[in-house]
Amino acid sequence: MNSIRKRDLAMLIFGLILYGAIQGMISEKIIGSFWQLNIILICVNVIMAVSLNLINGYTGQFSLGHAGFMAVGAYVGVVATVNFQLPLIAALILGALCAGALGFLIGLPTLRLRGDYLAIATLGLGEIIRIVIMNIEYVGGAAGFKGIPHLTNFTWVFFTMLFTLFFIKNFVNSSHGRACIAIRENEIAAEAMGVNTTKYKVMAFTIGAAFAGIAGGLFAHQFYLISPNSFTFLSSFNYLIMVVLGGMGSITGSIAGAFVVTFISAALASFPEARMIIYALALILLMFYRPQGLFGYMEVTNFAPIKKLLDKISGNKGV
Amino acid sequence: MAENKKPLLKAEDVSEVFGGLKAVADFNFYINRGELIGLIGPNGAGKTTIFNLITGVYVPTTGEILLDGESIVGQKPYEITQRGIARTFQNIRLFSELSVLDNVKIAYHCHVKYNLLETVLRMGRYFGEEDEITQESLKLLKIFKLDEHAHEVAKNLPYGAQRRLEIARALAAKPKLLLLDEPAAGMNPQETHELMEMIRWIRKQFDLTVLLIEHDMSLVMGICERIYVLEYGMIIAEGTPAEIQNNPEVIRAYLGTETVN
Ligand SMILES: Nc1ncnc2c1ncn2[C@@H]1O[C@H](COP(=O)(O)OP(=O)(O)O)[C@@H](O)[C@H]1O
Ligand SMILES: [Mg+2]
Repeated sequence: MNSIRKRDLAMLIFGLILYGAIQGMISEKIIGSFWQLNIILICVNVIMAVSLNLINGYTGQFSLGHAGFMAVGAYVGVVATVNFQLPLIAALILGALCAGALGFLIGLPTLRLRGDYLAIATLGLGEIIRIVIMNIEYVGGAAGFKGIPHLTNFTWVFFTMLFTLFFIKNFVNSSHGRACIAIRENEIAAEAMGVNTTKYKVMAFTIGAAFAGIAGGLFAHQFYLISPNSFTFLSSFNYLIMVVLGGMGSITGSIAGAFVVTFISAALASFPEARMIIYALALILLMFYRPQGLFGYMEVTNFAPIKKLLDKISGNKGV
Repeated sequence: MAENKKPLLKAEDVSEVFGGLKAVADFNFYINRGELIGLIGPNGAGKTTIFNLITGVYVPTTGEILLDGESIVGQKPYEITQRGIARTFQNIRLFSELSVLDNVKIAYHCHVKYNLLETVLRMGRYFGEEDEITQESLKLLKIFKLDEHAHEVAKNLPYGAQRRLEIARALAAKPKLLLLDEPAAGMNPQETHELMEMIRWIRKQFDLTVLLIEHDMSLVMGICERIYVLEYGMIIAEGTPAEIQNNPEVIRAYLGTETVN
C-alpha cells in the first residue's frame, strides 16, 4: 500500500506550499493584522470542527458541548505558560490531556444516552464546565484570565491543524474508524459484528475532546485575555454549524465549513445583525437544497479530477 | 474425536418472558459441530427471539446457553461475536449508506491486531492488515456474486443482493456458528435455489456450523440435516426433514395457523 503513503506525501506537500504562500504574504505585509487574526481563527476552527465531526459526524453521537472542552484546554494552557512558565507545546499537550480525560469521564456515563438526550446532557455539561471556571478565582473567575503571552502564530496553528487533520483522517480510515462509522450507521448491527460500541463511542468522544483542548490552548495564546464567555453554548453551536454546513462525516467538509463560517463572520464583522440573518438564511437554504451538507460523506480526494491527479502522483493503477 | 461429540451450542431450559408474554418456554436444543440445522414455525413462534437470546441481544429469563461447554449468558453481543457466533437479521440491518465493500470490511473488526498508534502513524501492522482485509472482503463478495457492486452504496442493491451481503458480512467475522434469520425472504425461486447452493458451499469451505430460520420449505427441506419446529415458544417436533414432513403435530401447527408455502 505504498500508494497511500505517496498520497499522504502529496497532501503534505500541498499543505507546505499553502503554508509557504500564506506565510510569505504575512511577512510581506500583504495580509494585514485583521486577516492574519482571521486566518489563525480559521485554523483553530478547523481543529474544532474536525474533532467535533469525529463525534457527531463519524460516530453519530450528537454532542453540543464542544466549547466546554476548548475552555478546559485554554485555561489549563494559560495556567501552564503564565503560572508555571512552561513552553507552548507543553501547554498544548497538558490542555489536550486534561480535556481528553474530562471527555472520557463525561463520555462514560452520558454516551449511554441516545440522540436528543445526549445533546441535552452534553449541552448542560458544556455550560457546567464554563460556570465552574467562572467560579475559580485562581484563573480570574468571571473577569477572565489576564496577561497571557502572545505565543500563538500562524506557523503554530497551521502545523497543529495539519497534525490534527492527519490524525483524524488516519483514524477514520482504519478498523477503529470503521467501528465508529458502523455505530452511526446501525448500532445493533455494529454490535453484532463484534464492535464494542460503548468503547468506541467513548474513544471518539475522548479524542474529539482532546483536540478541542489543543484548539483551546492555541486560541488562548492568541489573546491578552480570555474569559469564560468565550466558550458559551453559542460557540458550541457555532462549531456544530461548521460541521453540519460542511457535511457530517467529511473532513473536507469540516475544513470548508470552518472556512466559510469564519470568513463570513469576519467579512460582516461591522454588521453583526446582518451576520445572524445571513447565517440563518444560509442554513435554511442548505437544509432545503443540500441537507447532507456541502460535501456529504465525500472527501475532496474522491472527486474524479483530483483522484486522477493523486493516482498519477502516487502511481496507483486504480481499483 | 471425543470432544467433537460435545455439542457446539446447547440451550438448557431457556425461557424468555416479555411482560406477561412467554415468547420462549423451556427451550432445549443442541447443535453439533458441522451440522446444518433448521428452525421453523409459524410467525410469532419465537424463532427470532431465540437468535436474540443466543447472540446476547436478550438475556434469558431463566436457563443456560453453552457455547463449547461454556456459558455465554449475560455476555454482550460483541463478546459473543468475538467468541465465534455471527448472524444475519430478518429485517435487514446493513450499514446502508456505506459501500458494499465497507460493509464487509467492518466485520473484520475483531480480528484486527494493529493498535491506535499504528493506526494514526500508519506504520507497523497497519498496511499489511488493511491490505489483507480488503483482499479477503473482495473474495467474500465474489462468492456471493457481489464483487461487481463492491463500490456501490449498500442501500441501492436489490433486495436479494442485500440479503446475500448480510451473509457475506457475517462470514467476515469468521464465525464457528452462523445464524441465518430468513435468508431467502423476498427472494424469487431462482435466487432461493442459488442461495441454497451458496449456503452448502460456504459451509464446506469455511468449516461452518449453521442454524437457519426459514419459511421457504424447499430450502429448509433441501439442505437441513435436522429441523426443530417451534410453536408458541415451545418445541413441538424435532427430526430429519422426512420425519418433520410427516409429523401430524407439525401439519396441524402449519395448517392451523397459516398455509404451507
Ligand atoms: N422485545 C420484545 N418485546 C416484547 N415482545 C416481543 C419482543 N420481541 C419479540 N416479542 C414477541 O415475542 C413473540 C415471538 O416473536 P419472534 O421471536 O419475533 O417470532 P418469529 O421470529 O418466530 O416470527 C411475538 O409475539 C413477539 O411479538
Ligand atoms: Mg422472526
